[in-house]
Amino acid sequence: MSDNAIFRAEGLSKTYPGVKANDDISFTVKAGDIHALLGENGAGKSTLVKTIYGLVRPDEGRMWVAGQPHAPTSPSAARAAGVGMVFQHFSLFDAMTVAENIALGLDNPPPRRELSARIATLSEEYGLPLKPNRRIADLSAGERQRVEIIRALLGNPRLLIMDEPTSVLTPQEAEILFATLGKLAAQGTSILYISHKLEEIRAHCDRATILRGGRVIDDLDPRAHSARALAALMVGTEMRLVDRSGRKPGATLLEVRNLSLAPQSVEGTALKSVSLQVRAGEVLVIGGVAGNGQEELLSALSGEIASPPGTVFLEGLDLSRQGPQPRRAAGLLSAPEDRLGHAAVPGFSLTDNALLTAVVRKDLAPGGMIRHRAARDFTRQVIAQFDVRTPGPETAASALSGGNLQKFVIGREVLQAPRVLVVNQPTWGVDAGAAAAIRQALLNLAAAGAGVIVISQDLDELLELGDRFSALNEGRLSAPRDTEGLTLDEIGLLLGGAHGMEAAHVAA
Amino acid sequence: MIDPTTLILMILSAATPILFAALGELIVERAGVLNLGVEGMMIAGALAGFAAAHASGSPALGFAVAAVAGAALSMIFGLLTQFLLTNQVATGLALTLFGLGLTALFGKPYEGVKAPSMGPGIFGLNWVVWLGLLMVPLLWWFLNRTRAGLVLRGIGENHHAAHALGHKVRTVRLLAIAFGGAMAGIGGAYISIATVLQWTEGMTAGAGWIALALVVFAGWRAFGVLAGAWLFGGVAVLQLRLQAAGVAVPVQLLAMAPYLATIVALVLISARRRGSAAPGSLGQIFHETS
Repeated sequence: MSDNAIFRAEGLSKTYPGVKANDDISFTVKAGDIHALLGENGAGKSTLVKTIYGLVRPDEGRMWVAGQPHAPTSPSAARAAGVGMVFQHFSLFDAMTVAENIALGLDNPPPRRELSARIATLSEEYGLPLKPNRRIADLSAGERQRVEIIRALLGNPRLLIMDEPTSVLTPQEAEILFATLGKLAAQGTSILYISHKLEEIRAHCDRATILRGGRVIDDLDPRAHSARALAALMVGTEMRLVDRSGRKPGATLLEVRNLSLAPQSVEGTALKSVSLQVRAGEVLVIGGVAGNGQEELLSALSGEIASPPGTVFLEGLDLSRQGPQPRRAAGLLSAPEDRLGHAAVPGFSLTDNALLTAVVRKDLAPGGMIRHRAARDFTRQVIAQFDVRTPGPETAASALSGGNLQKFVIGREVLQAPRVLVVNQPTWGVDAGAAAAIRQALLNLAAAGAGVIVISQDLDELLELGDRFSALNEGRLSAPRDTEGLTLDEIGLLLGGAHGMEAAHVAA
Repeated sequence: MIDPTTLILMILSAATPILFAALGELIVERAGVLNLGVEGMMIAGALAGFAAAHASGSPALGFAVAAVAGAALSMIFGLLTQFLLTNQVATGLALTLFGLGLTALFGKPYEGVKAPSMGPGIFGLNWVVWLGLLMVPLLWWFLNRTRAGLVLRGIGENHHAAHALGHKVRTVRLLAIAFGGAMAGIGGAYISIATVLQWTEGMTAGAGWIALALVVFAGWRAFGVLAGAWLFGGVAVLQLRLQAAGVAVPVQLLAMAPYLATIVALVLISARRRGSAAPGSLGQIFHETS
């Protein structure tokens, strides 16, 4: 064991019923390093970091923090040993203030006034402006992450674990985050950085441990390898490149004219005179940071929210006042972001879930009587063509893994031969292999002459799929730009990610 | 006409049972648990407290036993919902039915028996009323100014996050449920020992349901609960006076008035508020994954 190792793991194993989540994992994090933990979904990254943070107890193996044996039985024991963690899905309390949230994450919080002062000092020091008395519900995703980071930093960690921190940030916000991490590393805090974004890791990490199927595949310097090489290690095979050929824009299919909608809930976003056009054979991609009107736009297009007359047209037909089923009948289909609960009913079988959206276009219930066999056949077709891994069409949707269910949700719509398909976050939380398959299916759909709208926060995905790019920012949609030649910087500015940060600086 | 001081004293007294029950449920719900068994725990407290007070001659002992009985009954709910992960709504309803049935069975020997005297009290109000009033600022302080209160609110707001930060969701919730049970028990015993002075089957007469409604409409705040309890007590006293004065309104309508007035007033208040103040994890089953 080298002298400057902050964290060392040796032979960590954890088995869940049916899966070996971690299998004999050993690696070392050096002092002041930003150390990447790289792997697909299901590679065992989450289990591993939960083990380090005391949320999961390993079946076998040992750990050391700064030379001391580390076997935490709870997060507070891990914090006491000098391990801090910033969660991927924020572990924040929406209705409570920043200070209260931070106090909940400390074992012996100082009195409120002193805590507020320390939050202010620390946030100043690391360029993470925060007001202690604001409610979490009123903060942007970037600000929420700052709360998590400050909370972790107040425990003076020697090892800071960050679980996919940039998945919710704009490129500009991500840059600020990396500046902060760099500062921390320079002061000797080691960072264990979990991600599957290769470019990010190559640009900012000193060391990378690659996991696949619960095992350590390699331990290397990410700067010395290409993104392609890293991806190959991560996935185990060469990545398939998506094939963009064969698309020719044709006549305009879907047109939205000056669509404005009031927010649907207190936390919702208003849509402000949104206009867009989608032509046959084209993929329009819409980028934006979460909470800028994506869900509202999808609902307005799918028909869940009716819009004022004269705003939504499909091939010249005014569908503004129509609900989802008439729109489906006309050929405007959609797949919302939330797989479990919105796109699919968790407790329903795949067949019943297929029925829910395909009943009109596949004529599965003529005269109100369900044709079960036809529904099952259609479901089997989706399963076969989209490589959905499931025991059969009668399996409950909730029993499928996220990636498999997403393939099913997208496949169900694609196989109904839509004129226009609208999808929100089609590959969110889906592993690389399944994501590539979903993207290819969307491109094939466009190549076959349909119009496709992809709403996503994954910029690489947007650039890979899109012919034209629009940004959604606070409910406003920017004019479309050809994706050809568009740089990440330009996109960042279109997304308006920078202005939220500046406002926060001024406010501080 | 009745003099104002007496009227206020009567209102404070009439508000006490639901004040206790609602404050207890407030803590339970702030911890993210919805216990609809308040009525059942109240009636259990009413009988157990009455029986103990009658047997010992000491009202104070009666209230202590009532608190224990309410808490014991609430632990059935606690074990079912926190360990066996049963549905909270169904379990709470079952608890109410269970409490009502159980007390109807065991209460038979106490029918027609008189309760021991509470004594004169301070300013004409017995100590239980004062205890109830004291609980309001005390619980407010607990929820908003103490570490334990913060953890409890955190668990109610987002149990997954609280668990991830290492807080003991189940332990805190069980404690909250037990506290809620004890408070409901005291509230019920106040009806049998201090107000009606005897045991009658089903004597809580829906006070537990009003307490539940109060918590919601008060926006899960201690002082809001106090205001609602006073309103209920006020109309209850008023309608009794009207009945006594022989006003030409059917008795049934008058008897309905406190319930109706409380609901209407609270709906009006809560309708003005934007969004819901409900704890984020209220009524959800917490399943400790991994």
